[in-house]
Amino acid sequence: MLSAEGLRHAFGEGRGQVVALDGVSFDLTSGQALAIFGPNGAGKTTLLKVLAGLIRPQVGSVHVTGGRRAIGWIGHQSHLYEHLTVRENLLFWAALYGVAAARRGPRAAEVLGRLGMAHRADQPVWSLSRGLAQRAAIAKALIHDPSVLLLDEPFTGLDLAAAAELRALLGELRGGGAAGGGRVLVLATHNVDEGVELATDVAFQRRGRFVHFAPRGGRGPAEIAEAYRRAVFDG
Amino acid sequence: MGELLVQAWTVARKDLVLEFRTRTALISAVVFTALVLTVFNFGRDPTAVPTIDLAPTILWVTFTFAAMLALNRAFQLELENQALEGLLVSPLSRTSLYWGKLIANLVFVAVVEGVGLPLFVLFFDVPVGRVLVPLIGVIALATLGFVAVGTLFSALVIRTRFAELLLVVILLPFLVPPLIGAVQVTARLLGGRPLSESVGYLKLLAAYDIVFVSLASFLFRFTVDE
Amino acid sequence: MSLAHKGRWITLVALVCVAAVYVRALAFTPVERLQGPAQKIFYLHVPAALWTEAAMILVGLAGTFYLFLKDPRLDRFAEASAEVGTVFATIVLTTGPIWGKPIWGTWWTWDARLTSTLFLFFLYVGYLLVRGAVRDPGLRARYAAVLGICGMCLVPFIHLSVFLFRTLHPQPIILKPSAPSLPSSMLATWLFSLTAFTLLYVGFVTQRYALSLARDAQRGGSPEAGPV
Repeated sequence: MLSAEGLRHAFGEGRGQVVALDGVSFDLTSGQALAIFGPNGAGKTTLLKVLAGLIRPQVGSVHVTGGRRAIGWIGHQSHLYEHLTVRENLLFWAALYGVAAARRGPRAAEVLGRLGMAHRADQPVWSLSRGLAQRAAIAKALIHDPSVLLLDEPFTGLDLAAAAELRALLGELRGGGAAGGGRVLVLATHNVDEGVELATDVAFQRRGRFVHFAPRGGRGPAEIAEAYRRAVFDG
Repeated sequence: MGELLVQAWTVARKDLVLEFRTRTALISAVVFTALVLTVFNFGRDPTAVPTIDLAPTILWVTFTFAAMLALNRAFQLELENQALEGLLVSPLSRTSLYWGKLIANLVFVAVVEGVGLPLFVLFFDVPVGRVLVPLIGVIALATLGFVAVGTLFSALVIRTRFAELLLVVILLPFLVPPLIGAVQVTARLLGGRPLSESVGYLKLLAAYDIVFVSLASFLFRFTVDE
Repeated sequence: MSLAHKGRWITLVALVCVAAVYVRALAFTPVERLQGPAQKIFYLHVPAALWTEAAMILVGLAGTFYLFLKDPRLDRFAEASAEVGTVFATIVLTTGPIWGKPIWGTWWTWDARLTSTLFLFFLYVGYLLVRGAVRDPGLRARYAAVLGICGMCLVPFIHLSVFLFRTLHPQPIILKPSAPSLPSSMLATWLFSLTAFTLLYVGFVTQRYALSLARDAQRGGSPEAGPV
């Protein structure tokens, strides 16, 4: 469903050059959620941008089944037009993602309902509180029912309750396990606690490389945090 | 092809809804146009030079300034709303994005010109009655050229330093040929000359439009991605 | 012989040729009847103007190939050609008034050819400004290529505007559709000058390119070189 091969990418030139990706490869199928932990500057955002097709890697390739239409992105930028209502935003993005005209309204209502925002549908985005705006951004990412979700530090700015809600939602979306099917999630964060429970696979990124990449197995947050600390901060 | 236009229209429509809803950019551009026309009036001596000689220049300098102001808004809008990344992640083709922005820009500039032209006629007492239709035609032809190149460049400058200033500097040389054509044809129209005398310049305008609309549309994909 | 070295030799030869052209123009070519001795600037002015345009076209061509091939050498060449084009434009914009003053009585006239060279000058300045305003080399090369291609396509339109716009400037007597109408001795001097300026362009570009190469090697990177 999503595969990356030999990704290398650097910014700048000469002595000031920053190597953001230095040989990253992996394959993911539906029902898998890869949590990438790494400090700031490790190249997590660059990796996600390459997976999304925002950046063409200097070396290597990415393949996503279904192309751009299958990708939902939740990142630092809201992708919402402040002076349009929540619903208008969703309808706009749905149109761009090729959702059939007749389906757009019902789909928007469905997504908003799932996120508990149905009563805010006709409010302009500028009038929403931060938490609600973030939920609206998630709605936008889900409007076209993507089979791949790319999340760049999605828990930033969320309080505990909201973060737990988001985790539950993402777990649902990921699906998989015994039931089969489900989506692919790739989640990048610098906070181990946030993403560990969701993950089926775990990677530690440091200076553009994966210094650890393995299924989560039965490991809990404490174990993973310890392994992360050792891999990334020591040596 | 149909898909391209549909998606372009989706983008254009969104832009226009936003512009008409917030109105700030539009009103600013219209007021700016009126101000420039006013300044021109105080900057000349009506007894020394007959208005009709300067009129085409006044009109076109005003329209050029207004168009350059308007061009910044296209991608500024996306940056302000943190939406450009969203557009680039989506399946929207870069060419559709270009055409969407081009259409929105053209409508925006057309509104500004639609207010500017009557003001111009009013302030400078210019007889456009009989030549209104061909005049509008020339305005449309020249504006298309300006805005086609301007839309491409406005995307190019977003990741540079001093974007608005750079846009003006790189765009101005490209505005010269359509400007020359537009001023010459306008002068001949206002002077009551038959349209046949302007054929050379009209061909220049048309050729410019064809070349630069296609070129800008094609090159856009190389400017907007990271 | 290194590239910079070759460049220096070519430039030297070219400058000697230009000097020779000047000697020939002043001493051995007849004085033009209508314009007098001031007309002789024409031998420097027009080839420089031609190369100002040609350099822009080459910047555009290099840009076109760069967008498809992504070869950093093309970008380096484009940069060199643009800088040399700027120099040539400056030559035209300074020799023009020097020619114009005795003939028309003013230093600057908004005649079509000077005006179009002025706009080419602005095209070059814009191009170089864009190059200076982008830090990432890959992005810089791509943006420069786009602007270069647009600049190249603009050149015929500027030229067309010259033909349509009736001006003070003597009608182009060499580059017009019918045969050149200069007497043969003047034509010979002019062609010699064109050759000298061609050599000068090649010499300058070679030196500038070598400089770029050295700078990129020192920095250890270039557009599309990727992670080291």
